[in-house]
Amino acid sequence: MGFFLETLFGGLMAGMLYSLIALGFVLIYKASGVFNFAQGAMVLFAALAMSRFAEWIPQWLGFESLLLANLLAFIAAMALMVVLAWAIERLCLSKLVNQEGITLLMATLGIAYFLDGFGQTLFGSDIYNINVGMPKDPAFILEGTFEGGVMISKEDLVAAAIAALLVVVLALFFQKTKTGRALRAVADDHQAAQSIGIPLNKIWVIVWSVAGFAALVAGIIWGSKLGVQFTLSLVALKALPVVILGGLTSVPGAIIGGLIIGVGEKLSEIYIGPMLGGGIEIWFAYVLALGFLLVRPQGLFGEKIIDRV
Amino acid sequence: MLYRENGQFKTSYAADQQIFPIFQERWAMALLLLVAFVVLPLVGSEYWFRAILIPFLILSLAALGLNILVGYCGQISLGTGAFMAVGAYAAYNFMVRIEDMPLIVAMLLGGLSATVIGVLFGIPSLRIKGLYLAVATLAAQFFTDWAFLRIGWFTNNSSSGSVSMARLDVFGVPIESPVSKYLFVLTVVCVFALMAKNLVRSAIGRQWMAIRDMDVAAAVIGIRPMYAKLSAFAVSSFIVGVAGVLWAFVHLGAWEPAAFSIDRSFQLLFMVIIGGLGSIAGAFLGAGFIVLLPLALDQIPHLLGIPLSTATITHLVHMIFGALIVFFLIVEPHGLAKLWSVGKQKLRLWPFPH
Repeated sequence: MGFFLETLFGGLMAGMLYSLIALGFVLIYKASGVFNFAQGAMVLFAALAMSRFAEWIPQWLGFESLLLANLLAFIAAMALMVVLAWAIERLCLSKLVNQEGITLLMATLGIAYFLDGFGQTLFGSDIYNINVGMPKDPAFILEGTFEGGVMISKEDLVAAAIAALLVVVLALFFQKTKTGRALRAVADDHQAAQSIGIPLNKIWVIVWSVAGFAALVAGIIWGSKLGVQFTLSLVALKALPVVILGGLTSVPGAIIGGLIIGVGEKLSEIYIGPMLGGGIEIWFAYVLALGFLLVRPQGLFGEKIIDRV
Repeated sequence: MLYRENGQFKTSYAADQQIFPIFQERWAMALLLLVAFVVLPLVGSEYWFRAILIPFLILSLAALGLNILVGYCGQISLGTGAFMAVGAYAAYNFMVRIEDMPLIVAMLLGGLSATVIGVLFGIPSLRIKGLYLAVATLAAQFFTDWAFLRIGWFTNNSSSGSVSMARLDVFGVPIESPVSKYLFVLTVVCVFALMAKNLVRSAIGRQWMAIRDMDVAAAVIGIRPMYAKLSAFAVSSFIVGVAGVLWAFVHLGAWEPAAFSIDRSFQLLFMVIIGGLGSIAGAFLGAGFIVLLPLALDQIPHLLGIPLSTATITHLVHMIFGALIVFFLIVEPHGLAKLWSVGKQKLRLWPFPH
């Protein structure tokens, strides 16, 4: 039982981390109808920027405080993500208005490739680390109930808390601010939003910046966990089934989808994996999402898809 | 002046419907085939065959298969590598497990196995579309990656996980030297290109295009979406599977699942986009472009005397591919093939445009 709980908790934490990346997908899809394949590349790019700036800025300015370095690096990386959002909007999306979803998807694939190359040319392609002072040692809970207690990684716990915080902030941003209202209006209907005076271009820059912010947070957490390297951009591929499961248009869907996938992955690896030869984590999430799609094509919380001729 | 169709009257349906209706085009094609079949084997060096021509031809074939699915039927697939892998491993198993299995038969059986898997993963396309389908095909990709790595039976329990295929022969003729490999691949590619070209201009090809343009409307005018979509998946994965067999047997010789990873799927999708969605010639142009660009990037700085590290070149290639994809989607969504036909259109009027 203790072991089961441990796996369950591990799965939930991993699920929160997936949700963090899935959020980026959902944000952009909600506001512009673009399925952003470049989210993984953005996570890598942001993480690279963060880790390199944190190394370079103290050298340029000549101080040694880790906190200050991280803070400045965070600000610099965020500024870079905003510039990136602006560039993507200006050079790519504004020229592809009113194109089909598939075309936009392929365009973001192009952006992803470009970013992968660009980020590594700019910041180097070794393995870097991000040190934001995440606790590394595990904690034990429920030691009275089970023998040896249940082990939980503190790092994952902090990461999950940050993810939850981010979700709350984003939900407030979407529901309570004027910009958030404009974003939701654009998501609902581009033309109607334009006709009441919402500037589409500006909205897109904002939403890509917000997605860039989500990517930066995800990049920092994943980067401090796994190290900043190319494989980070592949983590996004693991977040894809999360979005599909939760529904492309739903922020809570991203969270719940993430939790389901995280738990499903870990439990299946432990309990079904040995029967099939192990390593089934790679495809389990996809097959789960695929089976789900057959029953409910729009995902758990997605809006119903209606086709018109 | 040279490229003019005045005076070429069609007097029969057959003449009207031939693949190259213009006299000059027929000659150009014949000349191209002559160069490919006779001149190149005589003058080409081993490096050309190994590094450029054979990969180019095989990837063209795979891109051709993918183009049927994406360009003609509008069903996006990110799992092409998976179908190549299914073809390759199935053919390998047929060769290893059945005595005296002829290469051609194993190749076709490999293609058929890929067809079965392709149709299986194509079934969700009846319920889900576009972006969601892309994820479904990714499921195929990750599942096959895992299956060929972990399930020993597929690799004949090879301890290293990599399998190899030596001593190929067709009708008793050994396929060992680069030239014979090249000619074998070229023949297969020509046959399949001709078949694909005829398929897409037949009734079924028109059904695919109707589904691509708008599937609900196509269903309304009496096209069965299930039949059209699944047949596109079947034909596409058959061709891709055969390309996988060639890639593994002829080009690589010894391979492991990483040869058919998701990078391969993306690479093929890029070929189709850059070459031209919905065009047979586009598959060849796109494949040529993507095979040659890294080689050119490798050579040009050397010639100019600027030393670039391999890592930089890889990143540069990534950046250029990415930028080109966005560029083509914005400026010319029909890719190089469209540029080619625009050029031909201009040439018809040259040198007196008006």
